[in-house]
Amino acid sequence: MALLELRDLSVRFRTNDGEVHAVNQVNLDVDAGETVGIVGESGSGKSQLSFAIMGLLARNGTASGMVTFDGQQILNTPPKVINKIRAEKIAMIFQDPMTSLNPYMRVADQMAEVLTLHKGMSKKAAVAESARMLDAVRIPDARARVNLYPHEFSGGMRQRVMIAMALLCRPKLLIADEPTTALDVTVQAQIMALLAELQTEFGMAMILITHDLGVVAGSCERVAVMYGGRIRETGPVGPLFTDPAHPYTQGLLAAIPRIDHGDEELAAIPGSPPNMSRPPEGCAFEPRCSYRREECAHLAPPLEDFAKGRARACFAPLNDVRGGRATVHLSEVEPPAGDIDDDDITPAPIADAIIGGAGVAGTSSKVDQP
Amino acid sequence: MTRPLLDVRDLRVTFQIQSSGAMPWHKPKQLRAVGGVDFTLNPGETLGIVGESGCGKSTLARALIGLVPATGKAEWIDGKDLISLSPRQMMKYRSDIQMVFQDPLASLNPRMTVGQIIAEPLTTHHPNLKRAEVKERVKAMMEKVGLLPNQINRYPHEFSGGQCQRIGIARALIVEPKLIICDEPVSALDVSIQAQVINLLIRLQKELGLSLVFIAHDLSVVKHISDRVMVLYLGKVMEIASSDDLYAHPQHPYTQALLSAVPVPDPDYDPVASVVPLKGDLPSPLNPPSGCVFRTRCPRAEARCATEAPALSLGDHQVACHFPGPLTETEIARARRTEAA
Amino acid sequence: MIIEQSKMQSLAARMSKDEVKGRSPWADARKRFFRNKAAMAGLIILILVGLFAIFGNSFAVWSNEELDFNVMGQVTTMGMPSLENGHYFGTDDLGRDLYSRTVQGTQISLMVGIVGAAIAVIVGTLYGATAGYFGGRTDQLMMRAVDILMSIPYMFVLILLLVMFGRSMSMLFLGIGLISWLDMSRIVRGQTLSLKNREFIEAARATGVPGWKIIIRHIVPNLLGVVAVYATLLVPLMILTESFISFLGLGVQEPLTSWGALISEGAGTINYGTLWQLAFPLFFFCITLFGFFFVGDGLRDALDPKER
Repeated sequence: MALLELRDLSVRFRTNDGEVHAVNQVNLDVDAGETVGIVGESGSGKSQLSFAIMGLLARNGTASGMVTFDGQQILNTPPKVINKIRAEKIAMIFQDPMTSLNPYMRVADQMAEVLTLHKGMSKKAAVAESARMLDAVRIPDARARVNLYPHEFSGGMRQRVMIAMALLCRPKLLIADEPTTALDVTVQAQIMALLAELQTEFGMAMILITHDLGVVAGSCERVAVMYGGRIRETGPVGPLFTDPAHPYTQGLLAAIPRIDHGDEELAAIPGSPPNMSRPPEGCAFEPRCSYRREECAHLAPPLEDFAKGRARACFAPLNDVRGGRATVHLSEVEPPAGDIDDDDITPAPIADAIIGGAGVAGTSSKVDQP
Repeated sequence: MTRPLLDVRDLRVTFQIQSSGAMPWHKPKQLRAVGGVDFTLNPGETLGIVGESGCGKSTLARALIGLVPATGKAEWIDGKDLISLSPRQMMKYRSDIQMVFQDPLASLNPRMTVGQIIAEPLTTHHPNLKRAEVKERVKAMMEKVGLLPNQINRYPHEFSGGQCQRIGIARALIVEPKLIICDEPVSALDVSIQAQVINLLIRLQKELGLSLVFIAHDLSVVKHISDRVMVLYLGKVMEIASSDDLYAHPQHPYTQALLSAVPVPDPDYDPVASVVPLKGDLPSPLNPPSGCVFRTRCPRAEARCATEAPALSLGDHQVACHFPGPLTETEIARARRTEAA
Repeated sequence: MIIEQSKMQSLAARMSKDEVKGRSPWADARKRFFRNKAAMAGLIILILVGLFAIFGNSFAVWSNEELDFNVMGQVTTMGMPSLENGHYFGTDDLGRDLYSRTVQGTQISLMVGIVGAAIAVIVGTLYGATAGYFGGRTDQLMMRAVDILMSIPYMFVLILLLVMFGRSMSMLFLGIGLISWLDMSRIVRGQTLSLKNREFIEAARATGVPGWKIIIRHIVPNLLGVVAVYATLLVPLMILTESFISFLGLGVQEPLTSWGALISEGAGTINYGTLWQLAFPLFFFCITLFGFFFVGDGLRDALDPKER
């Protein structure tokens, strides 16, 4: 049995602009000791997914579905239960360590507080343990530095403090939400290496949430690619990178400039991400997809297994996607992303500008193909 | 040899930091943001500037465009030193040098329509243009950067991040500048959008024969777009070379460490095995190390590095290091050991 | 060839498309405001009070200066509010029609409030924006001047002014206008300081847009949200100030009157059982203040700076 199981997890937010469908029916398993990467662009729902697991959604958010951790259903459980789990079994680190550290408390006190509260340790033992943990995250001169305030650490060191704090209770699962996004590359490399080391040392599972495919490739075993609140493709990291089976994954990989490659033109994905307060009827990627077909506009493709351990959510035949046989040529001009208001009467002409006046998507494609 | 478009010599930017609670007559501290930078930029060329946060790359951009006071020389193609010009004299050159900013939405006034935003530089520099003509040119420019011209009356918040950056680019291009300084233009954008903007910049540069100064912390983006790349560390140039040369044969230990740390989206690539770790933290620019600024973190630092600041070497591949050259296996192994200790 | 043609066609089609109308941040705010029930109630109250001030006189049977000799001397019994003798709100102690006096008081109080707030908005915004934008020594000088003005006990100065130069409307406006912009300029300066480093201001500076144009075109429009909210809260403050002065007997001069003066009179005679003399002006005073507060709250929510 997996350590963490997500079944049909959905997250909705009530806002002034209507209901935002942040996460839609996500199914995901994380085994003990495994590293799973969740990749997606901003607004893909990857962070809200982790907040839902941790029971940390904002007030206007609701989560539905099932989250089972270690055989125990933890979604929407009373605060008392989830607090205990959060403290002892699942830990989380964030992009900006300063937001989760109290600037007016010494690091020693903040860390010791966790231990005295949850483990019932004495203050002295807790501080000693905290120093040991800071040592474990390779903070030089940990015994002295434990008495500093958070702002006296540099960005990278602060993230290390955060990691040390997260690991204090030896959690079984660590959720890292963009842990290195705010850091410079050299520091990022150090932090990622540290996380990998600690993971084997402590034998915990890790969910790494990031927008950076490079970071995922270097540190994860399995990857889930999210777009528009849904998982589009999951699979082991190797095959997913060498043989992406979803148009979005493919597009994403082609769009990153690579330091180990030549200067060939980047294959950008045209258009903009969807506005999830007006979720599209069909596949959210449909307007930007060059493999789209008629049903894509009306039906959301389900996530289906197509090989061992790999699944994708797409109607386009696997071999078409793998072979790069596109059905639509997408124009480079951007349609406006601004949501057209109810009282605005001009959305229609913009929609057909996307296809560049080519008529019905399916028929004109052969003309445009090189 | 043709004259460079911009020839920068010993550019320095120093901020006066008055410590809090100090009396007005107390001497303020000197924060050296940019400490003597030399480079040239040829017409039609793209110069990438990379460095970690706090290396002074954004300050350098702002100094070039006259937003922060600087000392030194920045000679424009017609021989005028941009830094010594009075604001009135500078006005003539402001339309030649334009800037694209990092945060697409924050760089656009939320209370102005896209048309007004793009037209602003045009109406500032050519106040006599007729309204209809301004509008015509704005629309043509919108078309050029891949926006629908009929969106001219919309407001920035109605556009996505990538489209806002296109608006920013259109605003920079409307006065037909010779040089565009891009300060992290894609770092706030998602990967798929980032590629759109990079492609757009490359296309426009080719079409219009622009020079670009492209500032970024993402080394792979810079490699992709630049002809030449300059590496900054703590306000000093570490290395300048053509992009291919720099990425294939980095000479400065810092460049090597920086390049090794870039994550590669390839599962077969083992980051832990290839990264050259840097010890310690970035020193404070209020109190930079003596001699070579990088020596406190350099795996190859020797006594000489502490006393004597290395000058930038001459030639096509310029390095500011007493001991340039690829790091050896033993040096890397030693760096790992000291980092682990 | 076919590709080219279709491309050209689509290009032509795009060029000839009608311009889409933008949805300005103001329009968004207006929409949010109209959805806010409390604010709408406040706005309706204010409109009604405003209509009362403008058209109230046309329904009046008595003018505000006439003395009703039938009532004089027996105000407690004869001066009660009644529809028959035309004293809808009753009469005051001298037998003057309270209805027309309330109309007039409303006019004057609203005028004082709005003029005071308007001075604050115009002077305060420009002063604060200039100080904040130019910064450095200019800022130091301008803001120290504000500090000095603020440190003077203003009520004392105002009373002195009214006593020395005589009580008149213009003196009242001058006095109120003198102090009302101080707070506003501080608020605006603070906002300007945070706006100043936004990239769109840098972009304008980099292009060479002159300073005053940046203030007018880029800074002030982005401040208007804060200014509008503060102004709606300032109007009742001005009304209160004027009422207080009138209550002290230093406000507008007879036969002119204001809410403060009316309330003061009403409060003075409350022991004689002429409760209406206090109740009617007080009622208008209260609902107007509530109206402004609700509208101010609604504006603040509608103009919430965390725009999408």
